[in-house]
Order: sequence, then structure tokens, then C-alpha cells
Amino acid sequence: MYRTDMYEGLLAETVTLPGANGDLINAYLARPLGPGPFPAMVLAHHMPGWDEWYRETTFKFANHGFVTVTPNLYFRSGHGTPEDVAAKVRGEGGISDDQAVGDLAGAMNYVRSLPYANGKVGVFGTCSGGRHAYLAACRAPGFNTIVDCWGGRVVMTPDQLNQKFPVSPLEYTKELSCPILGIFGNDDSSPTPEQVNQHEAELKKHNKEYEFHRYDGAGHGFFYYHVPAYRQAQAVDGWQKVFAFLGKQLS
Amino acid sequence: MCTMIVEKIRIDGSGKGTDGWFKLEQANISYDHPFNAPLDHALNIDFVNESMGTSARVAVELSAEAARELVRTILTVLDEAEAGGHIHTSP
Repeated sequence: MYRTDMYEGLLAETVTLPGANGDLINAYLARPLGPGPFPAMVLAHHMPGWDEWYRETTFKFANHGFVTVTPNLYFRSGHGTPEDVAAKVRGEGGISDDQAVGDLAGAMNYVRSLPYANGKVGVFGTCSGGRHAYLAACRAPGFNTIVDCWGGRVVMTPDQLNQKFPVSPLEYTKELSCPILGIFGNDDSSPTPEQVNQHEAELKKHNKEYEFHRYDGAGHGFFYYHVPAYRQAQAVDGWQKVFAFLGKQLS
Repeated sequence: MCTMIVEKIRIDGSGKGTDGWFKLEQANISYDHPFNAPLDHALNIDFVNESMGTSARVAVELSAEAARELVRTILTVLDEAEAGGHIHTSP
């Protein structure tokens, strides 16, 4: 808990780290000043890209005491404004699951190696980032916890699978090796409340430790304060749930 | 990228972007999250020329209803132009 007589400082900068296949990609790193040791977070950005909301959210996590790294999952698609790069990725039908998992695993290894990190690393994502975070927590050994905020297409039908997305993330649930927090809006169409129920049932089936929160009056992306989807009361409560959960899992 | 519904087509024409007019080569049509329109999902069209970089893009983000009306209107105008003998297919 912050007190007005406390010293506080953050450092934030762009760094380079090895991602999938050892490719060097850029990432945004923010950390509290001081020797630590601090818990760490990897953020999986959403479909609109490595954008201002994710840079600000990187600061937010750092401000709450986490060494936080947000890799640019669209690095290989070129450079320009975040919107233009994300539009290109959208036109290409997204990035492959293997690439996203490799980049997030690379970010996990990078942040864990920093001298002021305490060795515990969580992964957080919203929208497509929630899905990527879930895939990473299932497929990349080493994450200590995951926060999935309205990750769409965790539950996929066979007709949605292709070379980039060969397996429905739900199928990996038995391999999830850490506790999960899920934050969802009941008015969302991706994931629908029914899909969230399916996800929960699969977690139960495999005896996974989970905490799901479903919000009435909220749809997709209700933390995003720059769009009409923002829901103030639900977002405030959701963020409290996120930081309470991470405090328990990563301290 | 929560729907992944996208189609790409090759096109001929010009578009006006932030740096002026440029030759269009492709249109990416998706029904997914928009960047600016106040909608969860929109019919997005990105008119692009990838050889000129990511900024060579003219974007529109439409509601589904607006997109359907646009398609109907485009076809109406083309039909009228064709009936008037104004459309000449390139050899």
C-alpha cells in the first residue's frame, strides 16, 4: 500500500530479448527502482497491438511492484505506428500460436534472469493476449501464475483451426502448471459466457487451481478506458482482483 | 484478434493516405476489433500497398449495417454505369 511519505521511482525503456526461435524482438520493460527482489510479469498485448494502453499497463504493473516486460509480439510484421502494424497482422489473419508462445517464453526467461527479480513470473493478457497468455502458461514451463482477461477463442471449434492455430487452447488445459485468474464480461461475444463455462469445466476436470470472475453489465475489453467498452465499477473491481491474486501467487 | 475473420483481395486503384496519394495493391477486409470506431467489432477495410510499408494504408471501420448499405450502393452505381455504357473492361 502506497503512503504519501514513501520514496517511489520507476524506470521504463525499450529492450531487446530473444523470442521464438531465438529471434531478437523488442519489448517494453518497466520496473520499480531499487534492489528488489521484485516479482515479475510478462504482458501479452491485445489484438490492437503493442500500443499505448499496453505501455501504460506496463507502467501500472511496475507501479504495483512488478518488474514487467511486454514483448512486441508483432515485431516480425514490420514497424510503423502500432495501429498500422496491427492492421497488417489483422490482414494476415494474426500471428501463429507457436510464435506467440515462443516470444512469451523468451520474455519470461529474460525477466527471470534480471538481478532484481525474485524468480517468480506471471503472465497477463487481454483479448487475443489472454488467449496467448493461456497458451504460454500451458505450453511454456516456468510461469508461476496467469491472468486471462476475456481471452477470446480459448475454446475453438474444428473449423476455426488452421496452420497458425492448429490446436484449441482448451486442449492444453491438462498441461497448465500454475494457478489461473480469469476476468470476463457477461455481455462478451468472444468469449461467450458459455465458452467461459466450458473453460471452467475443463479446469475443474483436471483439478487446476483457478479463480474466475464474471461481471454483469460488461462486455469485451471493459478495462480499456479509451473506448466505450469501459465499465468503471467493474474495471476497478477487476484490477483489485488482479493485484490481490498476483500478490498471493508471486510474493 | 478475436474473430480472425479476414479476406484479402488484389485491387487496382489509388488511395489517399497520410502522405498523399499512392497506388493500391491489396484490400484486407475483416470483421474484427476496430481501432477507432466505437464498436466491439466492425467491418474493417484496409486498402494497402505492402511494398511501401505499413503506413501505406487507407482504413475504414464500418458498422455491419453501414457496410451492407455501402456494398448495395456500390453495386447500384456500377450497374447504372454499366447500363450507360461507361464501363470498359481493359483488354
